[in-house]
Amino acid sequence: MNLNATIIGQSIAFFVFVWFCMKYVWPPITAILEERQKKIADGLEAADRAQRDLNLAQNKAAEELREAKQHGAELIEQANKRASQIVEEAKDKAREEGQRLISGAKAEIEMELQRAKEDLRAQVAAIAVAGAEKILESSIDQAANEELMKKLASEL
Amino acid sequence: MANSHETVETAQTATEYVQHHLGFLTFGQRQDGSLGFAHSTQEAADMGFWAINVDSMLISVLLGILFIAVFRFGIKGATSDKPGAFQNFLEIIVEFVQSNVKNSFYAKNDLIGPLALTIFCWIFLMNAMDLVPVDWIPLLAQTIAGDSHLYFKAVPTTDLNITLGFAISVFFLIIFYSIKIKGLGGFLGEFAFHPFGKWALPLNLILELPGFLAKPVSLALRLYGNFFAGEVIFLVIALVGYWQLPLHFGWAVFHILVVTLQAYLFMMLTIVYLNQAHQTH
Repeated sequence: MNLNATIIGQSIAFFVFVWFCMKYVWPPITAILEERQKKIADGLEAADRAQRDLNLAQNKAAEELREAKQHGAELIEQANKRASQIVEEAKDKAREEGQRLISGAKAEIEMELQRAKEDLRAQVAAIAVAGAEKILESSIDQAANEELMKKLASEL
Repeated sequence: MANSHETVETAQTATEYVQHHLGFLTFGQRQDGSLGFAHSTQEAADMGFWAINVDSMLISVLLGILFIAVFRFGIKGATSDKPGAFQNFLEIIVEFVQSNVKNSFYAKNDLIGPLALTIFCWIFLMNAMDLVPVDWIPLLAQTIAGDSHLYFKAVPTTDLNITLGFAISVFFLIIFYSIKIKGLGGFLGEFAFHPFGKWALPLNLILELPGFLAKPVSLALRLYGNFFAGEVIFLVIALVGYWQLPLHFGWAVFHILVVTLQAYLFMMLTIVYLNQAHQTH
């Protein structure tokens, strides 16, 4: 084993290859690696963001569903109230109508009664006159007794 | 008598075999002044410092080119969308290196990532050459050269020159960044005024300097030692006849671990040393 100028040759070759590697090998590969790292980081971040968005959307959907349910319940309650109100009104109206009919009928009955009374009175007067005529056997002057007849009729 | 003679001869060829496999294809100035390849390890040693191990250098550079080419073409048309299987494989390696840099290097320096990636992949490839059966590549080289005695070493990290080349380059970077970040005074001050303050300057130097100088030496020797030893054992296994098949398999499986571990260690220590160079107290 003897040392010789191979040392110098190897040193020169060493620096040449290191320079070559530094110039043409290392930068492109590390650039690719860095770029890929960035891509992966971006992808993960995008996934995170999408997850957050999804959560947000789910929350919002749940919120809206809840609101819709509440709204629906309110509507149904309102409708029920309205329905019972309508029923009440209808009942009131029917009661009123019935009352009105009853009072109308009562009035008519009263009227009929009055008329019947009038008729009866007139007939009674006529019968009374006829009876009196019969009793008196004489024809009473209708005109002269008109006054008397009327008085009699109203007293009946 | 004949039997013992044969044993001796076998033993000699075995030694020769191992020694031949441990020799380098060295190019330099021979004793007689002519330029050319050394024909023996002795001749290679006589060439002195100004010679070059053509085999380690060639394999080293080829593997470096392979590393750059694989990554360069692997990421051609690559996008940050769904990666293909091969792109995925390359990204795993880069991410592995990147995470190690991130965990151990606290300053900001765009050189450290590519530096660590180059060290890890290149040393891994060099180490992995020892999983190729020990005779294949030398045999191929000998066939191409037409010389059956050609020395050819296929695993560059079994060459101390190569591992020292790595370590000295890293050492140079450590010094460069230390001075760049802390200034020359700050850098030298670390040796002179730590850990005992300025009144114990010689003691500080004795404590700090060897530790600093040991960094490149330990880096180079750890890698070299592991693979030189591993290579010798592969060579010895290659001598045992048919039993070498299971033995080689076992040792190679174990060496898959060593190959990866040593490449990782070299990368990690480089990152840690350079991190220390960037830390101001």
